[in-house]
Amino acid sequence: MQIGYPILSTVIFLPIFGALWIFLIRRSSETFIKWTALLISLVTFILSIPLFSSFDKTTAKMQFTETHGWVPSWGIKYALGVDGISVLFVLLSTLLTILCVTVSWNSIKEKTKEFYAALLLIEGSMIGVFCSLDLFLFYIFWEAMLIPMYLLIGVWGGPNRVYAAIKFFLYTLVGSVLMLVGIIVLYINTGQGSERTFDMLQMMTTNYPYNMQLILFWAFFAAFSVKVPMFPVHTWLPDAHTEAPTAGSVILAGILIKMGAYGFLRFNMPLFPEATKAMAPAMMILSVIAIIYGGIICLGQTDLKRLIAYSSVSHMGFVTLGIFALNVQGIQGGILQMINHGIVTGALFLCVGMIYDRTHTRQIEDYGGVATVMPIYAAFFMVFTLASIGLPGTNGFVGEFLIILGGFTASKTLGVLSATGIIIGAAYMLWLYQRVFFLETNPKVQGHPDMNMREILTIVPMILLVLWIGIYPNTFLSFMDASVQNLIERINSVPVNSVSVSGNEKILSLITDTDTVIEVLK
Amino acid sequence: MDKYLLIPLLPLIAFTINIIFGKGIIKERAHWIAILAVLGSFAIAVSTLIEVLNGKTINYDVYSWIVSGSFKVTVGFLIDQLTAIMLIVVTSVSLLVHIYSVGYMHGDKGYYRFFAYLSLFTFSMLMLVMGNNLLQLYFGWEAVGLCSYFLIGFWYEKKSASDAGKKAFIVNRFGDFGFGIGVIMIFLTLGALHYTDIFAKVGTLQGQTINILGYNIDLITLIALLLFCGAVGKSAQIPLHVWLPDAMEGPTPVSALIHAATMVTAGVFMVARFNPIFSLSETAMNVVALTGAITSLFAATIALVQNDIKRIVAYSTVSQLGYMFLACGVGAYGAGVFHLYTHAYFKALLFLGAGSVMHAMAGELDIQKMGGLKKHMPVTYWTFLIASLSIAGIPGLAGFFSKDEILWLAYNHGTIGKIVWLMGTAVAALTAFYSFRIIFMAFHGKFRGTHEQEHHLHESPKAMTIPLIILAIGAISAGWVGIPAALGGSNAIAHFFEPVLGHPHVTAAHEEEFMVMSISIVAAIGGIFVSWIFYSLKPEIPKTLAAKFKGIYTTLWNKYYVDELYGFIIVRPTKWIASNILVAVTDGKIIEGIVNGVPQAIRNFGERLRKLQTGHLQHYAVSMAIGLFVILTLVLIAAGR
Repeated sequence: MQIGYPILSTVIFLPIFGALWIFLIRRSSETFIKWTALLISLVTFILSIPLFSSFDKTTAKMQFTETHGWVPSWGIKYALGVDGISVLFVLLSTLLTILCVTVSWNSIKEKTKEFYAALLLIEGSMIGVFCSLDLFLFYIFWEAMLIPMYLLIGVWGGPNRVYAAIKFFLYTLVGSVLMLVGIIVLYINTGQGSERTFDMLQMMTTNYPYNMQLILFWAFFAAFSVKVPMFPVHTWLPDAHTEAPTAGSVILAGILIKMGAYGFLRFNMPLFPEATKAMAPAMMILSVIAIIYGGIICLGQTDLKRLIAYSSVSHMGFVTLGIFALNVQGIQGGILQMINHGIVTGALFLCVGMIYDRTHTRQIEDYGGVATVMPIYAAFFMVFTLASIGLPGTNGFVGEFLIILGGFTASKTLGVLSATGIIIGAAYMLWLYQRVFFLETNPKVQGHPDMNMREILTIVPMILLVLWIGIYPNTFLSFMDASVQNLIERINSVPVNSVSVSGNEKILSLITDTDTVIEVLK
Repeated sequence: MDKYLLIPLLPLIAFTINIIFGKGIIKERAHWIAILAVLGSFAIAVSTLIEVLNGKTINYDVYSWIVSGSFKVTVGFLIDQLTAIMLIVVTSVSLLVHIYSVGYMHGDKGYYRFFAYLSLFTFSMLMLVMGNNLLQLYFGWEAVGLCSYFLIGFWYEKKSASDAGKKAFIVNRFGDFGFGIGVIMIFLTLGALHYTDIFAKVGTLQGQTINILGYNIDLITLIALLLFCGAVGKSAQIPLHVWLPDAMEGPTPVSALIHAATMVTAGVFMVARFNPIFSLSETAMNVVALTGAITSLFAATIALVQNDIKRIVAYSTVSQLGYMFLACGVGAYGAGVFHLYTHAYFKALLFLGAGSVMHAMAGELDIQKMGGLKKHMPVTYWTFLIASLSIAGIPGLAGFFSKDEILWLAYNHGTIGKIVWLMGTAVAALTAFYSFRIIFMAFHGKFRGTHEQEHHLHESPKAMTIPLIILAIGAISAGWVGIPAALGGSNAIAHFFEPVLGHPHVTAAHEEEFMVMSISIVAAIGGIFVSWIFYSLKPEIPKTLAAKFKGIYTTLWNKYYVDELYGFIIVRPTKWIASNILVAVTDGKIIEGIVNGVPQAIRNFGERLRKLQTGHLQHYAVSMAIGLFVILTLVLIAAGR
């Protein structure tokens, strides 16, 4: 696909250079800073549109590829490309960044320059993560993203921001370090001396010995499971979300935590297919625990943002469940649900940010009767609530349904258990909605203005996406078809390792026992 | 654009216009858009019915909805005899309720919002009945539930109203949980979700069993029962009936449309639609019949002692829905849907009549505080009386024919049939009793409310009384399409439904049918008679009885304590676990403790090593370096290098 400009490099480096440019602007000209940031994010988005319109859906190959030598002696290349699994995340990143700029318009009053610069730096490095085809390059972007995000939480966050930022940093770093070790091991194993390479596509065609696959699977797992976050390494997320400024929460929920699940799809599965097969049951069990645990714990939350953060744990449980179901519906549902979650939870955080700007409280008990005071806001929030609980006609339904279908195909017991998530989800979201929007008007929300045009324009694109994916999901599902099919073929091309069966008998027997019992007897 | 698509689309357009422009521009004119839209749908529905009467069946796909690998599902329409009747029921009752609401909701600050929701509901209900596949049914199913949630909690400032809306949604989700798994099982076993494909292939599942926890269960039975879970939720059957009485918190026109005539009957519609599956499993059929019969009796007994006029009618609805399931369970799907159709008119009329009374009584619901309303509101009285006679099953009125058809077919359905017939007949007596309890307490005798209330008593405006009159005509005549052969009729509706729903073959003589009919007529008249003695002739009797059988009375008054039971075993424990176990202990102490403990330990180690007062970053650098070293060593050893 030729567009006339190196599209991936452009969408990565335009925001990064934009951030540097913002550093050069005088601190006092705040308005100019904001408009510059908006302009850069808008242009980046517009330039990323060809990824959507010119994408070839018939092939699983990497597209819009760019390859340049970088450090030839070490086999490091500057290689970019997207396929059906990653392309939508690039688009989601460029879209969400715009909304992050507009929602922060009046709420970030200190160190404005640094804030917008950090935001754009995050955007560039996030896109870099999704586009890298070279493991070394990937790791650079992966780590680069961490620093501005750490600052975003630690500088512009709430009262407990430093604690939350450090926690976020430590968790992700520990995971990343393990992955780095894994990357080095992979690199060493690609050959001798100058043959060695960080080329991911080349690695994906190699079949590593099973024991090595297993260890590397866990090394990568350490990095990705923290990012998702999977149970039981999820506790950094509520703190980070609660303390982060709105834009930070949106980036976290919208893109950053998707990188974990994306990592599973991009690395763990094609690189270590045998280990993936062996570990899938354990992954699915952890996912179902996350769905139920993350859901029920929402019923005990008193803080708006914390509740939505925990709901993310539950929703991401659906994502990993679908992915590790290792069938078409599960994986497509999982990817779609990542996009959905980015849109819906991102939007929920945008909404919470808007009302926090007015009331300066996140405590649920400080609300009540908001529907009377701010009807437009209430209507928008309702749409996202419904999407969050998977109402048919919204995007949430399509993703959740495909995941439960895929999960059920892989394991009936886990499929059924995961479906309890739809009951719990309805319970905590509707209860939240009732306490915030219904009932008598709380004096603390009395007299606040409804949404202004800037806020409405920030939310409307999200509403349209919720309905678009809900009513005509094929636009998006069709992007993934070829790549997902290819991934499944890759996993199925290897036999189930006999060692894995005996080695994991204990974990497996937990499900397979119940499942063989439920197996249809002909 | 084809006209069938317009049937659901018109109300959807009305919703979109009203929800976006209602507040600012349209305001008090919102009803025009909504009424015109539903009128259009009604007109097309009538013309569609005529086509179907002429033997046409419409089945086509509009577009592909979800495609993922081998999973493909479309949005498409199937209009056969069953759907055609449902279209008429939905659009006609909806139209009348729209018109009625112009009077009833006049001056409400959410006027435009109300009409927007009514339109959205009409759209959703039409999608539900028109879908040609299971997933579209599921779409409509959840969407009507959503509208129900919006409309029950319409006056959201009231805690009871928003509680009731939330309860309705969540209780229904329990049913949908089973329903959803049923949908998935159908797809996985048959590879299809389109009705025609499912029904063509379902025979292949016969005899297959599935092993759950050591028990062999018939696959078809399991699928049928999972689907039935959904129906139990949506149609408020035991044990998920608890949401419907609370749903009366919504404006009364909503109760008439959603919680009597249309949405709650979706479960019956679904079971009837899936009759090719249900009929293959005797167990499932018996479960359906017994659930229906028990719910019917259970709800009728509660209705005996309630004083809230809307709640009595609500329990009556639960009870009548039970009747419809009873019919389906004995294979009399046609009779069940026939009752659905007549019930829509007389029950909508009862609710709208109750609304008219509330309108006159400034929102009063307690029938103990009414009395003598007959002379103040003649139209309301006479129409309410017609509806009560119809539901009681007095010969000649709509309710009689459908109820009689159900009882007769149940009677001819073996042992289970006899049992449910007996229960059904008892319910008929109870129904007549509590229906006329309202008539005698509210409309006859002396007024028992305040002076101010009495002063304001008035007949409702034309916008409200005209729909009452039209519905009364329906409550009388809707059953005439099903006059049985024993009474010289042709039972046209049973023959109409036969291609879709079948018709049980009954060989018994007309004499026997007359006997069964007589029993139910006696039950009905007996019920009315006792009611007259209790609430008109000797009003002290019910008080004495209540005092004498205090235990029974309090149990009924408290609806068998089912709500309290659920609160005790589900709601409160879940919330308690969430706050006191998950938040406080597992997340707060265990996970945080372990995960924070490890870096903490490394840090302490590092501090001891250095004995230096360093900043944070140094700590991390040390712990990272140590960690990295340890891990790297382990991995390299393990990887065999």
